[in-house]
Amino acid sequence: MTEIMTPQNRSSEISNGLIGQPIARVDGPLKVTGRATYAYEHAMNEAAYGYILGAAIAKGRIVEIDSAEAEQAPGVLHVMTYRNAPAQPEFGPAVTPTVPEVFTRARPMLNSDRVRFYDEPVALVVSETLEAARAAAGLIRVRYEEERGVFDLPDRLAEAYTPGRTNAGFETDSAIGDFDRAFAASPVKVDATYRTPYQHHNPMEPHATLAVWSGDEVTIYTSAQTLANFRAGLASTLDIPPERVRIVSPFIGGGFGSKLIVHPDTVLAALAAKVLRRPVKVALTRQQMFANAGHRAEMVQQVRLGADRDGRLTSIGHDVWSATSGFEEFCEQTAVFARSLYASPNRLTRHRLVPVDLNRGEWMRSPGEAPGMLAFECAMDELAERLGHDPIELRIRNEPADDPERGVPFSTRNLVACMREGARRFGWERRNPTPGRIREGRNLIGYGMAAAIRPNYIGAATARVAIDANGRVTAHLDMTDIGTGTYTILTQIAAENLGVPVAAVKVELGDSRFPRTAGSGGSWGAASAGSALHVACGALKEKIMEAARSDDRSPLRDADIAGASFVGGEVRLGGRSAKLADLIGSVAPDGLEATGSIAGGRNTETYSSYSQHSYGAHFAEVAVDCDTGEIRMRRTLSVIGAGRILNPKTARSQILGGMTWGIGAALMEETVLDPRYGHFVNRDLAEYHVPVNSDVPEMEVVFLEEYDGKANPLGSKGLGELGVCGAGAAIANAIYNATGVRVREFPITLDKLLPGLPATAI
Amino acid sequence: MQPFTYERAGSVRAAAAAVAAKPEAKFISGGTNLLDLMKLEIERPTHLVDISRLPLDRIEETPEGGLRIGAQVRNSDLAADLRVRSRYPVLSQALLAGASGQIRNKASTAGNLLQRTRCPYFYDRNMPCNKREPGSGCAALEGFNRMHAVLGASEACIAVHPSDLAVAMAALDAEVETSLPEGTTRTIPIVDLHRLPASTPHVETTLGHGEMITAVTLPPPPSGRQLYRKVRDRASYAFALVSVAAVVEKNGVRIRRARIAMGGVAPKPWRTLEAEYVLAGAEAADPAFSEAAESALAGAVGRGSNDFKIPLAKRTIRQTLAAAVEDA
Repeated sequence: MTEIMTPQNRSSEISNGLIGQPIARVDGPLKVTGRATYAYEHAMNEAAYGYILGAAIAKGRIVEIDSAEAEQAPGVLHVMTYRNAPAQPEFGPAVTPTVPEVFTRARPMLNSDRVRFYDEPVALVVSETLEAARAAAGLIRVRYEEERGVFDLPDRLAEAYTPGRTNAGFETDSAIGDFDRAFAASPVKVDATYRTPYQHHNPMEPHATLAVWSGDEVTIYTSAQTLANFRAGLASTLDIPPERVRIVSPFIGGGFGSKLIVHPDTVLAALAAKVLRRPVKVALTRQQMFANAGHRAEMVQQVRLGADRDGRLTSIGHDVWSATSGFEEFCEQTAVFARSLYASPNRLTRHRLVPVDLNRGEWMRSPGEAPGMLAFECAMDELAERLGHDPIELRIRNEPADDPERGVPFSTRNLVACMREGARRFGWERRNPTPGRIREGRNLIGYGMAAAIRPNYIGAATARVAIDANGRVTAHLDMTDIGTGTYTILTQIAAENLGVPVAAVKVELGDSRFPRTAGSGGSWGAASAGSALHVACGALKEKIMEAARSDDRSPLRDADIAGASFVGGEVRLGGRSAKLADLIGSVAPDGLEATGSIAGGRNTETYSSYSQHSYGAHFAEVAVDCDTGEIRMRRTLSVIGAGRILNPKTARSQILGGMTWGIGAALMEETVLDPRYGHFVNRDLAEYHVPVNSDVPEMEVVFLEEYDGKANPLGSKGLGELGVCGAGAAIANAIYNATGVRVREFPITLDKLLPGLPATAI
Repeated sequence: MQPFTYERAGSVRAAAAAVAAKPEAKFISGGTNLLDLMKLEIERPTHLVDISRLPLDRIEETPEGGLRIGAQVRNSDLAADLRVRSRYPVLSQALLAGASGQIRNKASTAGNLLQRTRCPYFYDRNMPCNKREPGSGCAALEGFNRMHAVLGASEACIAVHPSDLAVAMAALDAEVETSLPEGTTRTIPIVDLHRLPASTPHVETTLGHGEMITAVTLPPPPSGRQLYRKVRDRASYAFALVSVAAVVEKNGVRIRRARIAMGGVAPKPWRTLEAEYVLAGAEAADPAFSEAAESALAGAVGRGSNDFKIPLAKRTIRQTLAAAVEDA
């Protein structure tokens, strides 16, 4: 169930219009009837099919590559290797933390005899059918000169280096007060080291591209989250101006951050289509996605918390060591959230990197908070127990008045309200603070909670909106809907602004020819694209009123347009009103069009003057089999304070998905790296476990009503990734409460729990 | 996937002969395992003989009071059969604990028994694997072997057999009927169908080339409580870390007879006669359960990340026995 809590002081800024209504996805019928066309499904009769052959070693060089037999195989059109691939710019230096360079840099494929990671593409076979291409790829013989790679993290922390910045441009370290002294002097301490594993996004739709050249321009049908960046990256790789690249990505079968930059499917499809002068399709196989489509890196995190006996934090330390690719740095901002979450006079956060011979890490849902809060919010639970305090009470005692490191006020912050409301609804008082005491049959029952925090971002965006003489509204943005509900909320925003029904609005997304937005990522999509559309609708209304006022045929001629409202398909002004469609038909029979833009977050005054985050509290109940250690979820509750909720239905789905990711992170997701070969061992969905339906229990989501006027013109805040933040920690804390066993190495699988479970009597 | 030819067999005899005629030919039924392996080129048959439409899809009563399950009975149909559910519940439970609904709708009884291991090194052609490429070595021995065998393995291979169905069949003393290319038939006890790896892990069964499973017969239902307990990393769609099929018949406070088979711990469904011997005539409680668990795992060897399977298997046996002797 979902509901929106209505506090007594209901914000007057929140309207009663379409925004905020639980409208069903406008693209839902297309998707469930198979009429939403995804990248690889685009019909192109003359398309040829590419299949990628990946390297069998993790580091070294290709000594010999014999593709003669493959070239002679039935249906084969072309075999591309580093020896005959079109020239591409060099890859460039390893350290590229700056935006936009990280998105726009050239990512050449098949341009060298070097192998940098296991399963890196060494050949592309293009054939008349996928099956023929795949069969021929099996006929290519490659001889390698293998070099010894390095893959370990925990044993190589001494080799760590300090990156210049973390992802998203945050300072690598922060230090306030004197952490060491204060921690040493604290009467109550937690000093705990946690490990989080490699993880993979595994969107349902694999990375796939159809490339079609027309002269010196290429159209790319692909699955991408952020079209402008994607276009720039591909243009750099192909060494052509971005204007000659068109990206089309109207439907995306999940991205989770793995579709922000170009991957081998796109580059190789574009190269092969150019060489063959015909359209070429390339998709990554599920197995290939594990090496070639990003991952979350393995991390070691040391969390040190010092408190006085009343439970006030005197010192917060969060140190993160992460693996990173040796050829392209990626430093997840794992400890950055800790700079804003709790009050403490002495603080220290640091990020360090250890290079390994893997492909680059990428942005995986809730980068930073997902692994960081998994560790940190468990450490808070450990501290609460050591203090003998309730975990919620401990957090409330350390609620800061202002952002504890930046010193600026919060735009809105309802963390305490989320925790209190959650405790009431979840029945938190039934939790026994002494672990291992609640038993039902063979099951040990435990309750856990954790806080959630996630920065609110906004990216520069422009929208174009038009209205025709029939009153039909069309909006265009290069925004994407990666399954979050973007089509729907943008439809609501346009419909409410212009006072027309949802059915009168058509939102077109996913084409780089449309006005540029920040795309989908960082939970900024709704705020950025939505605000731009909101501004565009305002501009369109002004145009409509200007036309209405100055046209002889208009019923609103010479009206003072200041008080006009667009409601119920009409324009109302004082006692006068006109049907919107009639008005347009009369004063602008060719229709009207306007654009609107919103500036990027870091350039806005409210961003520098306020600490902007969304907040939540997650609660979990688990059952642990006392004999076998099997952990099964029983129920969860997430109480969310994330500004104005644009659509409770799609918002709820985001939080449900986030909690499901929390289940995965806490209990099952782990890609195992075999250090002998440098390959990910469990590279399919039978062996890489994500939660299935049976793992997902009764889940409840509650939104606290909130309006954040500092965040953006809509009053909303980023929501999508908030659901993941802390969700896994709530589960881990519930497992501890159930069993008394604290596992600090994620995921918490039964083999890690078993040694701590008593050999119970029958 | 390498090119192959395909034919649909018209009869059991023709099917067996068609496979026997070509050294690289294989039977195909549901294809839920073989097709995946062919796409990855782990299986590279040159010819497929489709046996899915042969009239082997019936479940019949035997004169002895048991059931004869056609080799082509789908897993879903077998699990749902009223006779199976009432007389051999351990079999139905095992089936429903395996795979997913979609796979069970497609997978056949014989194909389930003959599915191949899920060892990830077997699945990656760049890795050494004696089962896939005899003589190349075993990457799992010193590698990621959390899912691997603690019983019955060898230095050449520590892969486990992934079937749940086979474990229940082993506890029920099922027999496999086969048809040989020359037209003769034979009957193989289920526990003798799969071979231990020893030095030839690529030879997985005692079936000859072209020998086809036509049915699995169950003896009359055993008395006592039947239970299938599968311990796994998630609630569904996961292979067993350990599973236990138990058939326990009580006589007052004592156990008259118990049959126990384990899955997830060995290269084949693992019947534990030693544990059964311990339990026969013992009081239906600890210490007999613990003694049975200890004897079932006697000789078990962990290889690192699968060490936990030994205590887990013991705990699971004890729990399952306790559940089986509870008053209904």
